[in-house]
Amino acid sequence: MRENLHRFFRAARGAGVRLSPAESIDAMRAVSKVGFADRAVLLDTFLLTLAKTQDEKKALGDCFDLFFDQPEPQAPPEDGKPDEQDQSGSSPSSDSSEDNSGDGEQAEGLGQLAQMLLAQDRNQISAAIANASSAASLSDIRYFTQRGIFSGRILDQMGIQRLRDDLDNLTATDPALAERLTNALDGLRGTVRETVSQALMLYGREEAENLRNEILANAPLSRIEPRQVDQMRRLIRQIARRLRERYSKPRKRQRRGHLDVRRTIRRNAAWGGVPFLTAWKRRHRDRPKIVAICDVSGSVARVSDFFLLLIHSLHEVVDDVRSFAFSGHLIEVSDILESKSPEEAMAEIMSKVGFGSSDYGNSFDDFEHGWMSAITPQTTVIVLGDARSNNLDPRADILRRIGERSKRLVWLNPEGRMAWGWGDSEMPRYSTFCTVVRQCATAKQLERAVSDIVASYQ
Amino acid sequence: MGDIRPSASIEAVEIGLAAQGYIASRQIATAVYLAQQIEKPILVEGPAGVGKTELAKAIAAWRGLKMIRLQCYEGLDEAKALYEWKYAKQLLYTQILKDKLGEVLGGAPTLEAALNQLHDFGDVFFSKEFVEPRPLLQALEQPAGCVLLIDEIDKSDAEFESLLLEILSDFQVTIPELGTVVAVAAPTVILTSNSERDLGDALKRRCLHLHIGFPEQKLEERIVESRVPGISQTLRKQMVGFIHEIRTLDLKKLPSVSETIDWARVLVLLQASELGHEMVKDTLNVLLKYEADIEAARPQVSTFIAKASRQNVFG
Repeated sequence: MRENLHRFFRAARGAGVRLSPAESIDAMRAVSKVGFADRAVLLDTFLLTLAKTQDEKKALGDCFDLFFDQPEPQAPPEDGKPDEQDQSGSSPSSDSSEDNSGDGEQAEGLGQLAQMLLAQDRNQISAAIANASSAASLSDIRYFTQRGIFSGRILDQMGIQRLRDDLDNLTATDPALAERLTNALDGLRGTVRETVSQALMLYGREEAENLRNEILANAPLSRIEPRQVDQMRRLIRQIARRLRERYSKPRKRQRRGHLDVRRTIRRNAAWGGVPFLTAWKRRHRDRPKIVAICDVSGSVARVSDFFLLLIHSLHEVVDDVRSFAFSGHLIEVSDILESKSPEEAMAEIMSKVGFGSSDYGNSFDDFEHGWMSAITPQTTVIVLGDARSNNLDPRADILRRIGERSKRLVWLNPEGRMAWGWGDSEMPRYSTFCTVVRQCATAKQLERAVSDIVASYQ
Repeated sequence: MGDIRPSASIEAVEIGLAAQGYIASRQIATAVYLAQQIEKPILVEGPAGVGKTELAKAIAAWRGLKMIRLQCYEGLDEAKALYEWKYAKQLLYTQILKDKLGEVLGGAPTLEAALNQLHDFGDVFFSKEFVEPRPLLQALEQPAGCVLLIDEIDKSDAEFESLLLEILSDFQVTIPELGTVVAVAAPTVILTSNSERDLGDALKRRCLHLHIGFPEQKLEERIVESRVPGISQTLRKQMVGFIHEIRTLDLKKLPSVSETIDWARVLVLLQASELGHEMVKDTLNVLLKYEADIEAARPQVSTFIAKASRQNVFG
């Protein structure tokens, strides 16, 4: 049973429950106290010891159901009836007993698997599949492409070779029996396939997810397909969680060395001012203040979408975010993003300012007139855009003033460095006023860019 | 046989808690049973007012143990949670014993000898005498064991969490001047959290994680029955049904079990026999704590009462 528990833990990891060895030890200790008899209690025990959040509890519950529901061996339909009769008729009818004995005679000289299939003993078949699965180390399955190979291995383990020989012999000697055996074999194949699919769902999910995320993280944001948008949103949320965990940790750190005289005297008043307890000055770190100015025209829109989603899901880390979107002219979009779901918010933003040809000069002008006061010496300004201004006046002078007012001015450009300065790209002119300029086309680059910005406040 | 015992013991926990007026779901009972068996703290999460603190009280009352409560807040530190030196007492004793010390040290011919003699007395002033035990240390020192309730751990700072780790995993604390204090009898530790902030993984790993949500209708009826015995069965069913309807609304603060019980008491006081439209409207402020929520719920009152009564007929 320990083996099974280990497999279950592995499956649970696959389902996204983060399990450390210590937790699995606890779970085993707990299980040894409650036993396996009551399934509901067992599930509760796992939920208590393994899962640490509501999401994990749900994932673990699903995984539990999947793990402890083994697929039933399928009986070929026409054989199902006599089988049921066998089970329901307590007094052995002459008919079926003859049938059975007949099987016995005919099964002489057949392989073990063939006998098992003809006997229609479900429990025995299940047990055989389970044994063969562990012999074929089914729990190592990772990718859906491996389904065939694992099915083959399991069938090999069960002795399909011998069964094929038997079949060949029987077709010549006893076609009827051969027919039955072929049907039974089809059923068996189906069951094994199901077992393998289930194992893939249990053990392969993590790997498949990782692979997909890896591919997605490196794909250009502007070119992902609509059906991948949801996955990408999920990925962005993961990134946000990671950044939150990394940067939302204590921001107040005691600094030994500078005595806080006022607080020390106050604290020791009870002992006549004899300083038993000392209080030290704390240095407060500012949380990042961010002003994000995003181009939402054409090809940059997608990237802006994900960027805004990321920035706005960093509440714990970032104190204050104000977002602006522009193509031809510029508006503030912070409230829209705060109050609506990402899809609705983006749709609304696009209907307000999207679908125009971008005019950087005019948009910067709008910003300077309307919101320049939003920039303080603690603010990081992030501009996201391809700097393609359709040969209109780039107004780099405004960008210079923005850079002077702010702590940092970061320009994220979805285009590759090679393209900067070609055609109507004003990137070289803008980049002289930026603290940092970096390419930002994939989720991975996005994560690094945001991570660096937040880290500069730590 | 060994397989049958656990579920029986879990039931025993359920019955024991019920005797103290705490109606536990099976999952809660399992958690309490496991916490006893494998000596791990329980971390209880859930919305406010679902009986997280009550659980600790019920366990303490059921097992006849003392309950020690540590209320967490921002800025809670070692001195308030664990132990503190009684500086004033130390100071006073030094003053009083000044002459005595002089006598003792007076006999020493050289400075070195005096220092050596002083070393022998040195530990006197850093002994248990001068330690003021705070809740955590008190809990470890209870000879019969106790129930230690660390309430609203999410309100404390992250540093305090780390302080708890030693206590939670080994039931011991280290006081630099005295050494390690090991629990006389392992206390049953209950931590509660309203999920205001995410707790550290290290803390979560050391605990059984129990989430108490809003109870199911049947369970909530039983809770009301045990807490407010004077209420009639029809009214009980109706009001619990009504509250379950309210919880489907998108409100700032959903009414939880404590509000249900308060409301039941109010209805009994008003001698209601069944839910009436006017009465509900007048007493809605017991249930909902924000003006905006009351405004949102008010137009729905009649529909909800109708629904709750209908359920009553069929269920």
